[in-house]
Amino acid sequence: MSAADAPVDAQRASAYRVAEAVVRFRELGIVLALIVVIGGTALDNHLFLSGTSLQQLLSGASIVALLAIGETLVIVTRNVDLSIGSILGLSAYMTGDIFVHYPHASIVLVLLAGAGLGLVCGVVNGAIVTLFRVPSLVVTLGTLYVIRGIDASWAGGNQVGAFSLPDSFNSLGYGKVLGVPYLGIVTIICVGVATYAMRTFRPGRDLYAIGSNPEAAHLAGIPVQRRVFAAFALSGLIAGFAGVLWLSLYGSVDSTAGTGYEFEVIAAVVVGGVAIFGGSGSVLGAALGALLLNTIANSLVVINVSSYWDQAFQGALLILAIAFDRLISLRLAPALRTRRSARAAG
Amino acid sequence: MPPAEATQSRQYLRPLVRWESALVVLLLATIALGDHLSPAFMHSNNFFYLGLNVGEVAIIALPLALIVITGEIDLSIASMLGLTGTILADTTSHGLNIWVAMAVTLLCGAALGLFNGLLVTRVGLPSLAVTIGTLTLYRGVAQIILPNSSLGGFPTSLTNIGVVPIPHTQVPYSVAIFAFLAVIFAIVLHATPVGRAIFAIGSNQEAAYFSGIRVKRIKLWLFVFSGFFCAVGGILYSLRFASARYDAGTGLELNAVLIVLLGGISIFGGRGTILGLVLAVCVIATLQDALTLDLMSPQDQNVVIGALLVISVILPNTSSIYRRARTRMASAAARRASRRVPAPESSAP
Repeated sequence: MSAADAPVDAQRASAYRVAEAVVRFRELGIVLALIVVIGGTALDNHLFLSGTSLQQLLSGASIVALLAIGETLVIVTRNVDLSIGSILGLSAYMTGDIFVHYPHASIVLVLLAGAGLGLVCGVVNGAIVTLFRVPSLVVTLGTLYVIRGIDASWAGGNQVGAFSLPDSFNSLGYGKVLGVPYLGIVTIICVGVATYAMRTFRPGRDLYAIGSNPEAAHLAGIPVQRRVFAAFALSGLIAGFAGVLWLSLYGSVDSTAGTGYEFEVIAAVVVGGVAIFGGSGSVLGAALGALLLNTIANSLVVINVSSYWDQAFQGALLILAIAFDRLISLRLAPALRTRRSARAAG
Repeated sequence: MPPAEATQSRQYLRPLVRWESALVVLLLATIALGDHLSPAFMHSNNFFYLGLNVGEVAIIALPLALIVITGEIDLSIASMLGLTGTILADTTSHGLNIWVAMAVTLLCGAALGLFNGLLVTRVGLPSLAVTIGTLTLYRGVAQIILPNSSLGGFPTSLTNIGVVPIPHTQVPYSVAIFAFLAVIFAIVLHATPVGRAIFAIGSNQEAAYFSGIRVKRIKLWLFVFSGFFCAVGGILYSLRFASARYDAGTGLELNAVLIVLLGGISIFGGRGTILGLVLAVCVIATLQDALTLDLMSPQDQNVVIGALLVISVILPNTSSIYRRARTRMASAAARRASRRVPAPESSAP
């Protein structure tokens, strides 16, 4: 080790600090993007910052954000759940059907029924993936079709409209406390709990270990199959729960509810900084990703860009986000190596 | 000796124990089912409708199969199909000759694939995430080009391909193109160095790289081909419906992935045959047709097809679970036996 190496090391160390900050506060980047989008739009039209508009942003993003929680749990373990859109659709239709037959059904019971139905679907996914050790992409693609098919044959051409839903249920969708919509509150609580659990509790940390290296996680004594099973079950449960809320927000449901949500949710999760091959990312980031995508969609309307541009923007943003993550990880790799060698030397 | 004879005949039969044979059995069963369900099934012009609905998906599934064998995936295929369809309609409506418009469309398709390929191979992004991004992006661009209406104006002689088979046969044009392409893809994949390279990349990318295979270049070209053949699919799709819409073929990527996986092509790469893919196309087309003739709604058919996909991945693995259990039992039995009889070879010098 010569003196000439010292500045290089210092440079690397500072690069490491920058990279570490970016990774640790990956969520901060999304918050910044959010501020830029909201601020820029508000400059054009100050009504974008009005209470109603912000409430709409929050409740509009809440469904995708909820689904993103479950999807994050699954993706972090290096799996993927494509069936969430179908589960949401089935649960939403079941809720509508319950209200058609029992107009006075308790909302709590309906929420439980939706979550229970989702749990059953998630358990089936998880059981097939872990018992038969088959790739989750294939399994959940299959259950995407099966669950959507069950939904469609149950619903037929039927549509349940807002008039068949009790007022108390409809108010769940647009009601608010202190100006914050119920849906937003529910989502914020769920995201908070999930973020805390993933950071703090052992099963949560296990999910990251499994995603980083399944073999190593197994050898370290982590019950890999059981954890992956639980991740799928939870993802299904959340999707079922979100299905009930979806109906309360949109007020009518047919057999196509939630079609294509799987890709929208994965986009939100990836924009939020969750690595598609597992091992890193946070629920908070994923939820913020959902909020960002929804905000952009809304701001396009406000600044009078045709809403036809929305999809193209979302796709471009997703690609930018993964390219950005790739750039960071490229910068981070040498920095990590420096730290490791510094530790070995020290 | 009878035992040796038995093992010999078993070895002789071994080439038959493979996924493709299961697909053949499945196909025969489906045909029998169709014949049982409806008297119209065996009618010759039923074959035309059977093929018509699956032609474009089958064409875009071919390059997807090669991409999956290299261990990557392309989920943007249906969006490329939709986008190229709108490009075709847009350019012809601006007065471009239909054949020139087709050439432009094919080039655009290749460019879309090139964009995917560059992001995956040169920027180094995971193809699953990239192509979910371009799935949305390309569909969005299609929506910008052709916002809210359908656009037709193709010459009738060409839009006839949706109602008229190739003269003197019952073969739709799209199926004929698929059959021709399948032969070429099969030759390239199974009988050329490029094909071997594709398998090598899929089984072990590092090893393939160090043995001198140009991994990135091959992957890049596969994505370009994927875009190109999606444009072929997009042209056929628009001509069949005599109009283009921005949402044409939404969700077809899942159908194509389903065909590829049912065809026995491993999602982890490195394994699969074009024969399997062709058989999977036949099974899906026949099954859909039989169920439609039985007046089952397309939604209900999804249950059958989705279940078929799940079963198709579970079944090969149940045999491996069984084999694992059997070896474990056999080794346990061997351990018990060795405990009873002292091992003779340990005393030998």
